[in-house]
Amino acid sequence: MREIKELLVQKINELLDNGTVDRVAGWKAGEFCYDAAPAVFTKENIDELLYNGFCGANQSKFLVNAATTENRILALLKPCDTYSYNQLVKEHRVDPSRVYALGIPCTGMVDVNKIKALGITGITGIEEDGENLKIATIYGDASCKKCDVLLERCMVCKGKNHVAGDEMLIPDEEAPETPSCADRMAEVARLEAMTEEERFNFWREQLSKCIRCNACRNACPACTCRTCVFDNAKSGLAAKVNNTDFEENMFHIIRAFHVAGRCTDCGECSRVCPQNIPLHLLNRKFIKDINEFYGEFQAGADTTTKGPLTSFTKEDCEPSIVMERGE
Amino acid sequence: MQKIGVFVCWCGSNIAATVDVAAVVEALKKQPGVVYATDYQYMCSASGQNLIKDAIKEYGLTGVVVCSCSPRMHEATFRKTVQAAGLNPYMLEIANIREQCSWIHKDIKEGTEKAIILGAAAIAKVQLNAPLYSQTSPVVKRALVIGGGIAGIQTALDIADAGFEVDIVEKKPTIGGKMSQLDKTFPTLDCAACILTPKMVDAGAHEKINLYTYCEVEKVEGFVGNFSVTIKQKPRYIDATKCTGCGACVEKCPSKKTPNEFNMGLDNRTAIYIPFAQAVPKLAVIDKDACIHFKNGKCGLCVRTCEAGAINYDQTEEFITREYGAIVVATGFNQIKPTNFDEYLYNQSKDVVTSLEFERIMNAAGPTKGHLVRPSNGKQPKNIVFVQCVGSRGTSCRDKSYCSKICCMYTAKHAMLVKDHHPEIDVTVFYIDVRTPGKNFDEFYRRAVEQYGVHYIKGMVGKVEEADGTLKVQASDLLDNRQILMDADMVVLAAAIEPDPTARSIATMLTASMDTNDFFTEAHAKLRPVESPTAGIFLSGVCQGPKDIPETVAQASAAAAKVIGLLAKDHLLCNACVAHSDETLCNGCSQCANVCAYGAITYEDRLVMDKGVRETRRVAVVNEAICQGCGACTVTCPSGAMDLRGFANNQIMAEVDAICK
Repeated sequence: MREIKELLVQKINELLDNGTVDRVAGWKAGEFCYDAAPAVFTKENIDELLYNGFCGANQSKFLVNAATTENRILALLKPCDTYSYNQLVKEHRVDPSRVYALGIPCTGMVDVNKIKALGITGITGIEEDGENLKIATIYGDASCKKCDVLLERCMVCKGKNHVAGDEMLIPDEEAPETPSCADRMAEVARLEAMTEEERFNFWREQLSKCIRCNACRNACPACTCRTCVFDNAKSGLAAKVNNTDFEENMFHIIRAFHVAGRCTDCGECSRVCPQNIPLHLLNRKFIKDINEFYGEFQAGADTTTKGPLTSFTKEDCEPSIVMERGE
Repeated sequence: MQKIGVFVCWCGSNIAATVDVAAVVEALKKQPGVVYATDYQYMCSASGQNLIKDAIKEYGLTGVVVCSCSPRMHEATFRKTVQAAGLNPYMLEIANIREQCSWIHKDIKEGTEKAIILGAAAIAKVQLNAPLYSQTSPVVKRALVIGGGIAGIQTALDIADAGFEVDIVEKKPTIGGKMSQLDKTFPTLDCAACILTPKMVDAGAHEKINLYTYCEVEKVEGFVGNFSVTIKQKPRYIDATKCTGCGACVEKCPSKKTPNEFNMGLDNRTAIYIPFAQAVPKLAVIDKDACIHFKNGKCGLCVRTCEAGAINYDQTEEFITREYGAIVVATGFNQIKPTNFDEYLYNQSKDVVTSLEFERIMNAAGPTKGHLVRPSNGKQPKNIVFVQCVGSRGTSCRDKSYCSKICCMYTAKHAMLVKDHHPEIDVTVFYIDVRTPGKNFDEFYRRAVEQYGVHYIKGMVGKVEEADGTLKVQASDLLDNRQILMDADMVVLAAAIEPDPTARSIATMLTASMDTNDFFTEAHAKLRPVESPTAGIFLSGVCQGPKDIPETVAQASAAAAKVIGLLAKDHLLCNACVAHSDETLCNGCSQCANVCAYGAITYEDRLVMDKGVRETRRVAVVNEAICQGCGACTVTCPSGAMDLRGFANNQIMAEVDAICK
């Protein structure tokens, strides 16, 4: 990771210096080293750019508002970020001519909550050490198995290949791999196996934790409406949702429907949720159903294919089959 | 707030028997905005409509709710009524308290309660209605007929005779369809070719008819009055402009081992062939799979033989796109292959044939030149058994649930023809019922029994076995209550008919609905039998349900009349309930354009003022003349920018609110 960072800084300076871009969308440390958040840098503050195991945040969404100027902005895209990027380009939410997309390698991002859960606190730094992580803390060095503390998204990594990018920092074939260490659909299958009542109770319990902070919506690269229906008084939706005894139910379910067929399964919704609600499971259930009904589909794999829910082909399965399975 | 009048129809006893209409009137009177409510026996009658017109004037109504049958039935009627009284026709809402209420409830209390709820929902909706105005779209004055059998030919001839251009798309190399394979036709026993050939020739020669043979429909876009259809021309490997149909190439072709489709595979044809003598157009076609040249690049005998120089091995698929105002489906049928009816020995014995195969055996142009002989040994049979309802009227998964309708009559015909040529042959027919409704049909059947001495036995054949060169038929005689074991030299199976397998993909392309048997559904089973529910799509022949030739021809002409009625118009009034986009909410994401089946949505860069900021945005624009108001875009749009006039999101929400109150 250290070598990658060095290469990255070199490349960024080159692109800034030769005028290809005038800004960089990257990550910046917050109060703590693990609070890495998306930020826009210029030549002046590029030294503050961070790239380590805490840089899980998906950059692509921020390009919707950042990539609107004549001068191109440099987007640093991890392999999985490129799926969201493609999806945004497909939906005309990001103009690729205003972006210089640099594909950067990734070896898996960590979930700081999982590290903390191991009893490791006072974290000041992180470094890779083969299958393990070396974690510097104010109490001294600690270590843990990387697989145990990866972000959920990275445990089911989409692979090291970028599906978009004007340039690759290093060729994908030479990039390190994040070994997939979980079954992507296992949790969905577990929910499917529940009785209706168990499943209802599961989601009631999970969603009751929601504080409607809107972090999931704000981080989601598929949620880029200029005016969200929940913020649009004319839509009547917000008022209606507030009317029920359980508004969070409706908010998350409607959101899942709105991103169905477009969600790349980037997992930002769950990653940013301060209440640790496994929101990605709602989307993943849609993905599983879509794959089964209409054939394997990965949103954002390219910028041209019509989504399975917004196209009709003669090979589509009959609505009666969807109905039957939906029961 | 609107001033709303509510009109509750009894529909005789259709509604009034299960819905307390007076109670509905009383309850709906109390709904906000309602200034007048009444009930009447038949609201659709002239006096019922006058009641509405008078109330509009007397109470100054601005919105009208009619609680009656389905809007599919009388929405147009009542729109005209309110329009005649000076209201915009779209200020009317129908609450369906018949199909969705009285017909499905038995309990008056429940039915009344639901009728009140449905009425309240319509009232809540009409509160938000706004006057709507239709645009017009021009009609392309050309029709497409899919299928060139007798149905398609008759429809095309009638449309063309009215002065409109018609294209027939036929997937086979010639028009003619199933009728061209028939020997004689019931109930008059005239020869099928004698009556069909002139029609085929007429269709081929008509200046307004254009034949696309050996072609398939590849893609259909557009809507009533303005369809755009892509037709795939399969390569014949013959230059149609040069081929004279002389048949010299056919005689020389050394590849002679391909089962002849026209003769149901009972004999073989060459790789280059003309389907049959009366084919229209009379052009040769090369079967690429059988042709030696396409296998190893050698041969080329046909090229050397053809004096016209018409052979062209380099032909490839071509695609033609044309515009049409109306499309007629005439895709016809096939007889099922009774291969999974093991009890009849169809797979094992050559002497067990389907009725269409028998038709070819009897035909003078067939594989035996019209000599009735056993396929196994070429000798004349001494006795023939006909089995009715093979695969029809059944309940198992190998059966069709429906009656194939034509089998009773053609079996009587076959029996009679056999007896006519060879009175010494013993003919037995096993049947479940003999169905002969139709002009001169029962007389025809009785002639077979009484005049020709055909044995009709009520009961089904249970088993056919082969022994010592004859077939042993086991059956039951239900009237005599006895088991029968008899010898037969031939067994003829009246196998069920089913829609052509291409029908389903065509239905999908046309967005025309089908039933579970893959027959096309008509717009109304009784009142609109030749129209599909999809506007501009018409049905002709067996694609809609089993039919004999007289019925097919009658329906074909009926479909033509409907098409002529459509093409005679210069403009069609468009649907006023069309989508529109709020450009301040539009994300420009293209999802609505993706789902739009009509290509009605395009994108434009527009200067948009939103939240005090003026900027150029990519926004969706709906072409209202093309939009069909299906609403797919509105449910796809995540931001709610797309909305449908007459079915606006807030109207639907108001209806839901009224129902859930």
